[in-house]
Amino acid sequence: MSERPLPVPDAATAPYWDAAREHRLVMPKCADCGAFHFYPRTLCPSCSSSRIEWAACSGRAEVYSYTIVHRAPGPAFTAEVPYVVATVKLHEGPHLMTRIRGCAPEAVRIGMAVRVAFDEASAEITLPVFEPAGEVL
Amino acid sequence: MKTNAAIVGIGESRVGKVPDRSALQLQADAAQAALADAGLSMSDVDGLLTTPVRVEHWNMPAGVVAHHLGIRPAFLSTVDLAGASGAAMIHQAAMAIASGQCTTVLCVAGQNLLSHGSRSTAVRKMAEGGSAHPQFEVPYGPLVPSLYALVAQRHMHEYGTTAEQLAEVAVTIRRHASLNPNAHKREPITAADVLGSKMITSPLHILDCAIVSDGAAAAIVTSADRARDLRSRPAHLLGQGYGLRHSHIGDTSLTTTGAVDSGRDAFRTAGLSPSDVDVAQIYDCFTITVIVELEDLGFCAKGEGGAFVEGGRIGLGGALPVTTHGGLLSGGHPGLGGGFFHVLEGVRQVRGDAGERQVPDAKVALVHGNGGVISVHCTLLLGQEGRA
Repeated sequence: MSERPLPVPDAATAPYWDAAREHRLVMPKCADCGAFHFYPRTLCPSCSSSRIEWAACSGRAEVYSYTIVHRAPGPAFTAEVPYVVATVKLHEGPHLMTRIRGCAPEAVRIGMAVRVAFDEASAEITLPVFEPAGEVL
Repeated sequence: MKTNAAIVGIGESRVGKVPDRSALQLQADAAQAALADAGLSMSDVDGLLTTPVRVEHWNMPAGVVAHHLGIRPAFLSTVDLAGASGAAMIHQAAMAIASGQCTTVLCVAGQNLLSHGSRSTAVRKMAEGGSAHPQFEVPYGPLVPSLYALVAQRHMHEYGTTAEQLAEVAVTIRRHASLNPNAHKREPITAADVLGSKMITSPLHILDCAIVSDGAAAAIVTSADRARDLRSRPAHLLGQGYGLRHSHIGDTSLTTTGAVDSGRDAFRTAGLSPSDVDVAQIYDCFTITVIVELEDLGFCAKGEGGAFVEGGRIGLGGALPVTTHGGLLSGGHPGLGGGFFHVLEGVRQVRGDAGERQVPDAKVALVHGNGGVISVHCTLLLGQEGRA
C-alpha cells in the first residue's frame, strides 16, 4: 500500500495541525469582528481585518453533505473503500471537509449531529474526523 | 464593456483517442482548421491566448504555443480559469482587440489527456490539478467526482432532486453526441444504463461523470468591422460575465454558485434575458453541474433544475436544447480545453452550421464554463447579429 497523502503544514496552517495533534479543534477567528472562518486566510473574509487569532471550537457539528466513496482516488485509499467523505457545519459556523466514522456508511444522513474525533495518521499529523454524536439519527 | 468582437473561425482536432498526436500537434491541428474556416492564414494572427496543459510542463504556455505555430504575437497570454478558460479566452481576446493592441487573436486549447498515460493517470492528474485543497481535503480521500457528489447529495436533500433527473442529463447529452461525428462517445444510452452503471461516489455513477479524451479546439476572434470583410459568417460576442463565490468546495454552501453573478452580468451587458436564449452550451463535467447552472443562470428557479431537465426540455426539439455537441459527458474532455468545445458549438448554432444538431433559427446562444468545483464561472452570449 502506498503512502496516504498527508498535509504538509505551513506558516499559515501550523497552528491548526499542532492543535489537532493535541486532539483539539481550533479555527481562525477575527479579533475585530468576531467571525470564524475556514480554510485559514490572511484577511478576515467578513471585514478584511488582518487580526486573526486561533480559537478553540466545541467540536460539535452537523453533516452538511456527504458521499460514499466506492472507488479510491489512488492506491493509498484502496483498502478503505467504501468510506464517507463529508462536509460538516460546525456549531461555530465554518464548514470543513472530513470523514465520518463510527457508523455504517449507509447510516450517515444530512443534518445528523456529529462530534469531532481524531485520527492519528502519523507521528506528526492527526486528522480531525467526526463521529455520530448519538443525539439525532 | 461593449467590445464589438466576433468569432470568425472555429476548428477542432480529432477528438477521442488520438494516440498519434502530441498536445502541441493537436493544438496546431485545431488552429489550422480554425484559420481555414475563417479564410485567414497564420501570418494574419497577431494575438494568441491558450491555457495550461496537465500532461507536460510548459513553462509559459502562450509562449510555447506561439513559437510552435510560428507566430510573433503583438499580444499573448495564458488564461487559467480551469474549466471556465475556454469562454474567458473569447472575452479576453475581445478586450485585447478593443484596446487596439491587436486585430486577430487565435484562442487555442487542448491536449492528449487520454493517450499520454493510462486513464488512472489522467484521473490522478485531474485530482492533482488542485480541485481539492491539498491540506484540508486531499488527506480525506475524495475523488474529483466526490466534490461534485457533495453538491448533488445536498441538492437532493434541499430540493428533492432525483438520481433519475441526473440520469436524464447524461442520456440527453449522449443523444446529442450521437449526432456529432467528432464526438468521443456516440452510442446512445438509457436512464437505466446510467442508474445501473458503477457507483463511483454516491450519488454519482460513472455515467454521471465526464469522460477523459484527447483533443483540441481553436477559435479566431476579430473586430465586428473586420468580420464583415471575411468570407465566413461571424458569431458576435453580445455579452459576458464572470463569477467566483468560493475556491474550494469544503468550506462553502453547495447549491448556489458564482454562475448567478456571471449570468446576471452576461445578460446585462447583452441587454438580453434567459427567455431570449435559443440554445445553451452549459458546462457538464458532471450531471449535477448542468442542473445547478440552469438554475443559477436564471432558466428556472433555484431548486427546480431537476424538474427542468425532464420531459425532453433540454434535448433537441425541446424548449431549451442544452450542450448540443455532446459536452464533457460524451463529446470529449481533454482537461482545461474541454469547455472550449462548448464555445465552438455556440458559434455553430448561431451560424446555422450545426448539421443534424441544428436548433432551427438559433439567434442567441449562451455558453457557460465553470472551473474548480463550480468555483469560477464565465458566461458568454453569442449572437447571429451584432449589436446595433
